[in-house]
Amino acid sequence: MTARPDLRFRRIGRIGIYAALIAASAFYLLPIYVLVVTGLKPYAEANLARMWHLPSSASLESFLRAFEQLQPYFRNSVYLTIPATILSALLGSVNGYILSKWRFRGSEVLFPLLLFGMFIPYQSILIPLVQVLQRVNMLAEALGVPSSLRSLVPGYGSIAGLAFVHIVYGIPITTLIFRNYYATIPNELVEAAKIDGANIFTIYRLVVLPLSMPAFAVVMIWQFTSIWNEFLFAVILTQNPAIRPVTVALYNLAGSYIVEWNVQMAGALLAAMPTLLVYIFLGRFFMRGLLAGALKG
Amino acid sequence: MRHLSWDRIISIVVILPSVLAIGVFVYGFIAWSGWVSLSNWDGLRPDLSWAGFGNYARLFATPRFQIDIRNTIVFTISFLAACIVLGLGLAILLDQGVRGENVFRSLFLFPMAISFIVTGVTWRWLLAPGDPATGRLTGVNVLLNGLNLPLSQWYTDPTVLYIRPTGEFGQFLVRIGLGFLATPNFGIPVAMFSIVIAATWQMSGYVMAMYLAGLRGIPEELREAARVDGADEWQVYRHIVLPLLRPITLSVVIILGHISLKIFDLVAAMSKKGPGFATDVPAYFMFETTFQGDHYAQGASIAIFLLLSVSLLVIPYLIYSTRREAEL
Repeated sequence: MTARPDLRFRRIGRIGIYAALIAASAFYLLPIYVLVVTGLKPYAEANLARMWHLPSSASLESFLRAFEQLQPYFRNSVYLTIPATILSALLGSVNGYILSKWRFRGSEVLFPLLLFGMFIPYQSILIPLVQVLQRVNMLAEALGVPSSLRSLVPGYGSIAGLAFVHIVYGIPITTLIFRNYYATIPNELVEAAKIDGANIFTIYRLVVLPLSMPAFAVVMIWQFTSIWNEFLFAVILTQNPAIRPVTVALYNLAGSYIVEWNVQMAGALLAAMPTLLVYIFLGRFFMRGLLAGALKG
Repeated sequence: MRHLSWDRIISIVVILPSVLAIGVFVYGFIAWSGWVSLSNWDGLRPDLSWAGFGNYARLFATPRFQIDIRNTIVFTISFLAACIVLGLGLAILLDQGVRGENVFRSLFLFPMAISFIVTGVTWRWLLAPGDPATGRLTGVNVLLNGLNLPLSQWYTDPTVLYIRPTGEFGQFLVRIGLGFLATPNFGIPVAMFSIVIAATWQMSGYVMAMYLAGLRGIPEELREAARVDGADEWQVYRHIVLPLLRPITLSVVIILGHISLKIFDLVAAMSKKGPGFATDVPAYFMFETTFQGDHYAQGASIAIFLLLSVSLLVIPYLIYSTRREAEL
């Protein structure tokens, strides 16, 4: 064994480590501090030069104003995110099951081709996407879909259309996470079920699905966060203000010269709230999703 | 056997919709965009008549696009460097067996859960340079002023640092035929660093998490063995730990690199194109050209350029990861 480092030196090192970690924490918390403090200030105190000052009395006025402005778009985001998250998790689960337990010739070529879809800049598919979704609307019109059902048509300028797009472009990441997760289920388990006469559906339902809950948690949290936070598809595919998700609404709120900055800050915190809460309560799964995104199993 | 082959058919049928969807919505649409980029479509009405590579030639001759490429390179390098230094540093600190590790880790990582739009709106106010008319300071500048540090114009700063052709080194470059390097197109736009700060705030925790996972994967015996051989803590990191983290650095470079090449939301929310295009990026240029200017063919050529630059980074990585997995 080597000589132990001098204890006093070690203590200074310890203090240095904590000082650095606390300084880093301050950097990460800085924006949150400003968001909270600004949001809580009464209107009269919301002065840009006094951005860092604590409010003399707490007022929820900014939050209420921001909520008033963003409330319909919150609803849109919920209508968009929840069905899209559930459907894309189910799709990813089935795909992952096939690609890990029912490999076929060419499946090892197919998989990286699928994965490439999660790296592309979506600008490279946006122009055809808009055209195709507009055709879907024309088709729905030609087929005489009643107007009461129009909101369910996955076309241009509808929440259903935006959800459909998120499901399609979510296939690579959800398939990846499930495939890697199912690779940890021993093949013997599946083989044994086959010998017992179980078919592809019963094996999925009775063997694979009951073991899938952690993967569902990871994928659903991942998709919920990405879809809630997404902006590019949302801003391009929702020309109609009535169906805009909250990211687009916040972007417009911040771009408006009439809306005070403290309302913008309160709005930013409100828009971040759902994903932040998910992070606070389900952070473990969120972290696993992040690391899975790096292609590591 | 008959039973198994029936399952086989079903397995193909089940995966087919996803395969077709990706085939059409990724590969088909990319081909379609490629075609649009080679067409005469300029205006609201689609016109897919053949134009050849003229759109690309015009794009590369466009000053704004040249500036965008410069900005993307500056942004990518500084953003990656900042994230790797901060992420690796924090991971190493957290690996020293500190108390409250979970709390610190959660604090460093939470910005990943937030939308780039929220980040952009927030940092736009934090880095607002203040009111030039009244000289009143705002945001981070107030703090800097309080600490007697130099202030910044942040994302509104039009300054581009570049080698002056009149200077000694600039004259030298001109003499050896490299005079083009002494122009603003090969300079560093100061405003871009504001975007780097916001992006690093958001993404560095992710890098920290990846390195920390890597550090935890290094067996303690390996480090102990080096210590027994007389290595001090610094040497252990220098010769044992850091080399073992190289594959993680590769993943970080690919993941963050492809994000930074296609960065759009953050720039749109924070500064848009900036003064003299100081914070403009290809993805934002594409957005304005296509969906606000209706120059579809030109927009598609920017999109294809973006795709090719991302592909150069990602395709070798995908091939490498797939091969490595096949070996296991």
